[in-house]
Amino acid sequence: MPPSLDKQAYWRQNLVYLGTLLAIWALVSFGFGIVWVEPLNRIRLGGFKLGFWFAQQGSMYVFVVLIFVYVFLMNRLDRKYEVDEREESR
Amino acid sequence: MSVQAWTFVMVALSFALYVGVAIWSRAKSTGDFYVAGAQVPPLVNGMATAAGWMSAASFISMAGLIAFMGRDGSVYLMGWTGGYVLLALLLAPYLRKFGKYTVPDFVGDRYYSQVARVVAVICAVFVSFTYVAGQMRGVGIVFSRFLGVSIDAGVVIGMGIVFFYAVLGGMKGITYTQVAQYCVLIFAFLVPAIFISLLLTGNPVPQLGFGSTLADGSGVYLLDRLDGLGQELGFSRYTDGQKSTLDVFFITAALMVGTAGLPHVIVRFYTVPKVWQARSSAGWALLFIALLYTTAPAVAAFARANLLTTVSDAVYDDVPEWFSNWEATGLIAFDDKNGDGRIQYTGPASPIENELTIDRDIMVLANPEIARLPAWITGLVAAGGLAAALSTAAGLLLVIATSVAHDLFKISFRSTMSEKSELRVARITVGVAVVISGYLGINPPGFVGEVVALAFGLAAASFFPAILLGIFTKRMNSYGAVSGMVAGITFTSIYIAYFKFIHPELNTAEHWWMGISPEGIGTLGMLLNFAVAAVVAAVTAPPPLAIQQFVEEIRVPRQSS
Repeated sequence: MPPSLDKQAYWRQNLVYLGTLLAIWALVSFGFGIVWVEPLNRIRLGGFKLGFWFAQQGSMYVFVVLIFVYVFLMNRLDRKYEVDEREESR
Repeated sequence: MSVQAWTFVMVALSFALYVGVAIWSRAKSTGDFYVAGAQVPPLVNGMATAAGWMSAASFISMAGLIAFMGRDGSVYLMGWTGGYVLLALLLAPYLRKFGKYTVPDFVGDRYYSQVARVVAVICAVFVSFTYVAGQMRGVGIVFSRFLGVSIDAGVVIGMGIVFFYAVLGGMKGITYTQVAQYCVLIFAFLVPAIFISLLLTGNPVPQLGFGSTLADGSGVYLLDRLDGLGQELGFSRYTDGQKSTLDVFFITAALMVGTAGLPHVIVRFYTVPKVWQARSSAGWALLFIALLYTTAPAVAAFARANLLTTVSDAVYDDVPEWFSNWEATGLIAFDDKNGDGRIQYTGPASPIENELTIDRDIMVLANPEIARLPAWITGLVAAGGLAAALSTAAGLLLVIATSVAHDLFKISFRSTMSEKSELRVARITVGVAVVISGYLGINPPGFVGEVVALAFGLAAASFFPAILLGIFTKRMNSYGAVSGMVAGITFTSIYIAYFKFIHPELNTAEHWWMGISPEGIGTLGMLLNFAVAAVVAAVTAPPPLAIQQFVEEIRVPRQSS
């Protein structure tokens, strides 16, 4: 495969990851924590109303997980397309 | 030992630690001074980023704000953490690949334009000064409350410490002192939170105690009790929102995007050796930040419950000592309007007149005393507040110095300057910036609180779109980027200035455009920036081929073999 095609495929796959993860990012914060907070508040999670929990707790836990998932996916992608930096001498 | 003695011990120990770390990590080159030689491991960088990000506002004010705002406080929680997802996914890895030292560096190079670079420098310096004045003030308040010195003397002591390690160590010194400061501040925030959670709910994890039943044997959930107490006293229910959904949406978005566009946060990702480390250090940073940010709403709920049960209908002559201490600073005020000698603390919906005013900023600082925790914990909280303020101030001062010494002097005016004299200019600029920010801390312009909205709004409406478009579209040219930034900044600052300075009396929801508050308008400024940039770029010539190649290069960590 010529390197330029390689690079395009790498970039497209990166955009797919970005789109998916950012959709989840928006869903838990703007969706669950803001737009649908009232209907979700009818469901309870122990002492929390669910919408309130997403607004003040849950969204932040998901944010942390999203970044580490992206790190994992991109490290794998970098290795697949041989653009990772780890093998370089240091 | 008394609270004051403990505070003195805690603060002195933590300051000795910072000075020791600073001496150990002196900067020897401009690379060291600007980006710590790009040799910082991701976990360390994450910790330093977290300390630099969490300011006096996060540590001292945020939980207090949430305690009084209830559910609406989530705009700060989600807004100031969600931006890291944008950073890690959309900006950090590509900026690390680009290398170099500053945000204006990227804007100037990608848009091959000195105008773009200078616009970026002005934004960076303005945003950073706005922020740093507030930090110095925070240092002064902690000193005056706990060590009995004047606020001004407190600011001067804080200036001395920052001056020492920022001038000596640059980014390298700042990075390693920030790691020490993170440890101090997170310990100082978590210890009282765990104690109070245990006292109130019997659960040692504040994040869980927040949703548990009260330990008083009633079997009632803490949040239900808060809702009930609030309603009884004429406040709104704690878990209900007051702001309109649209406004909450816009404020959250402006804070998220603003976070991702703040120069002192972005610059931290230039300090790691590799692209994959830029990604993972954003993850570590958010993990360390979330440790405090998920605890803060729990602290807010505990503080609110403690406050309502302690002061409500209490006999004024029997109030606990902390109440009188804070009364002396003027941050709590009681006015016995009906002359019955009792404190009536009531909300707007109550028929009984309210007699108590409480400054929200004292909630975290007073919390250990309200919950009757031992004196050493109060001392620890004071040291933590100082750590938060100093670490943020140092990072901001460095951005100012780098922008002036590197972007303005070296690149824009005197490209022949040697590394040695550039390092000297950078050191002098840090020194001057420390003195100016100290002056602003002692003589705070009345608008410090107001302009924080402006700082986030401007970062959201200027840097974020310019950098994003620079990475994700090859077609974006200098005309589009510059006109987008100018449109975004102009719109955002006029809207904020109109409601905050020109007609502050009109600053209510019915006058706002579509009900969007000045705090949330940066989101609209950002959308405007994107729109203007797209239209202008579409009708002007594409950027030179070399620039399009440059974009392709920053998109991959390294060329495949």
